[in-house]
Amino acid sequence: MSRIAARFAELKTASRKAFVPFISAGDPDFETSFAILEKLPGAGADLIELGMPFSDPMADGPAVQAASLRALKSGANMNRTLDLVKKFRKADSRTPIVLMGYFNPIHAYGTARFTRDAAAAGADGLIVVDLPPEEDEVLRLPAQAQGLDIIRLATPTSDTARLTRILDGASGFLYYVSIAGVTGTKNFESGAVAAAVARIRKATSLPVAVGFGVKTPEHAAEIARIADAVVVGSAIVSHIAAKMEVPRPELIASVVELCRTLAASTHAAQDGKVSA
Amino acid sequence: MSATPNSYRTGPDSFGHFGAYGGRYVAETLMPLVLSLEAAYEAAKKDPAFQAELDGLLRHYVGRESPLYFAERLTQHFGGGKIYLKREDLNHTGAHKINNCLGQILLARRMGKTRIIAETGAGQHGVATATVCARFGLPCVIYMGEVDIERQKPNVFRMKLLGAEVRPVTSGSRTLKDATNEAIRDWVANVEDTFYIIGSVVGMHPYPMMVRDFQTVIGNETRAQMQSREGRLPDLVMACVGGGSNAMGMFHPFVDDPSVEIHGVEAAGDGVNTPRHAATLSKGSPGVLHGSRSYLLQDPDGQIIEAHSISAGLDYPGIGPEHAWLKDSGRVKYFSATDKEALDAFMLLSKLEGIIPALESAHALAHVGRIAPGMKADQLIAVCLSGRGDKDVFSVAAALGEKL
Repeated sequence: MSRIAARFAELKTASRKAFVPFISAGDPDFETSFAILEKLPGAGADLIELGMPFSDPMADGPAVQAASLRALKSGANMNRTLDLVKKFRKADSRTPIVLMGYFNPIHAYGTARFTRDAAAAGADGLIVVDLPPEEDEVLRLPAQAQGLDIIRLATPTSDTARLTRILDGASGFLYYVSIAGVTGTKNFESGAVAAAVARIRKATSLPVAVGFGVKTPEHAAEIARIADAVVVGSAIVSHIAAKMEVPRPELIASVVELCRTLAASTHAAQDGKVSA
Repeated sequence: MSATPNSYRTGPDSFGHFGAYGGRYVAETLMPLVLSLEAAYEAAKKDPAFQAELDGLLRHYVGRESPLYFAERLTQHFGGGKIYLKREDLNHTGAHKINNCLGQILLARRMGKTRIIAETGAGQHGVATATVCARFGLPCVIYMGEVDIERQKPNVFRMKLLGAEVRPVTSGSRTLKDATNEAIRDWVANVEDTFYIIGSVVGMHPYPMMVRDFQTVIGNETRAQMQSREGRLPDLVMACVGGGSNAMGMFHPFVDDPSVEIHGVEAAGDGVNTPRHAATLSKGSPGVLHGSRSYLLQDPDGQIIEAHSISAGLDYPGIGPEHAWLKDSGRVKYFSATDKEALDAFMLLSKLEGIIPALESAHALAHVGRIAPGMKADQLIAVCLSGRGDKDVFSVAAALGEKL
């Protein structure tokens, strides 16, 4: 069983929802980024999304774009991102890591080589935002051969026919994008998200994660009542941006504390009805 | 490359691929829109009423057909092949961009969209988009990099006069690629009511095909005009290439004529062997940006590198996927001209023919200066003069060290 499947199975047994923080690899620099990453499981992260920095992240809002640029400025690249995963795996063999980003840096690295090296480093899944099912075969086939999950996205614009297309070839979990928009901008509507997740559950047995627009512990709790996993990204990287002037140990502690709060809120929530 | 295809005009395939290029590399939120746009365009293409409405507007609003002008003194100056200029500079709004904008806004209306967005570099596409939005009474938001706003002030004011909202883009390098990122972000967030009018043969399928089709009027007219003037096809067809829309429109009707040689001219900025250029095909490598696979200016890690050209309209680190395919297949040859060469050509055409060309078009004219002298007096060159240069007088004055 893959690390992602094993983790969701454990959570199911414990009737618990997953907290999934996102950070950009190398934001604001490699050492700080690693220090945050290694503390995330202790703060309650059940899975981790690690951003592969890209100069032109078109599906992301200002916060994630700024995180990407901070990382690139301090020398981030694909080798360093995979180094970060490798280093994390030395001490943690159980927390799944999903690499998230855009296709061009993978294309430049070499798609087959990337899937080999990512799997060897200890990554478990891939979310490539600008590779819809129509284009992802070039990555999906080598990824599957390496045991990496290809995590597909569904959105408020996905109708039933589209959902079928998305689920054909999806593995690991399904990522539901809670808003029609870029990361960290609009606020989601619980009623609409609950309806969409219910529709998705009828079509697949994959766990459903929800992200985009989840900013506060209250938001996290709302989503945790609906979905299997709660993804928070922009709020965390914005916190890094806000703490750039303080000494790094303080920045690290503060980010970890924020994640602890978000995780606690996620874990305390129970499945239930949500008013629209 | 593999064997020569029977035709260079059959692309793209149903996935939007021209060989290994093109495609639909977009966020899932946009996929249903992109698919419905493709369906709407395919239906419009088959509807005679759509083409009739577009033809009427091109004739009475844009002023088509545009002349194919024999540049007699330029021809004498170079002392070689006969140089004809396809006068897209005489179109309403002063460039070829309007051909495409009219096609797309008619499609937007057919699809019931009520809000228009666009990106712009030099401001020519922004002006053309603002123009068609005024003509059809649709609200319009134009994304433009802060750097470009600074160097293209007259066009910014023109867009505002036409009723458009110009949104400065402050992210990244604050030029065309970042304006494109912002326009895509707007589109993702306003999927229900918004139509994105892309200004070149770039982006996700069906845009490269659709924009090419709308611009093909340039090459179709050139072909007919040359036949009637000279009784035959040109020996050489030429255009400048940024994203590549005037070039695709000019080239496409000629790609299956083996007797016609085709040259595209990219912007070499300070020179292709300096870090400051926009010669994507000459110096870039294949990658994925803004929805399609094509040649890109990128570093070894796949991060996008900023392009540089004196001409804001060529200042883009990507290029249309069909150009990438035509380059690899060898059917079209791509060259480049530096800022300096373009400036010299800009002044030469102004003085010899009384035509101030856009700096973009001046790159093609610079290349004419290299090729024409080696051609015979009865050989024919057709150059796309994609726009007029009034918008560039400030940039040119600055480059010449003159204060206006």
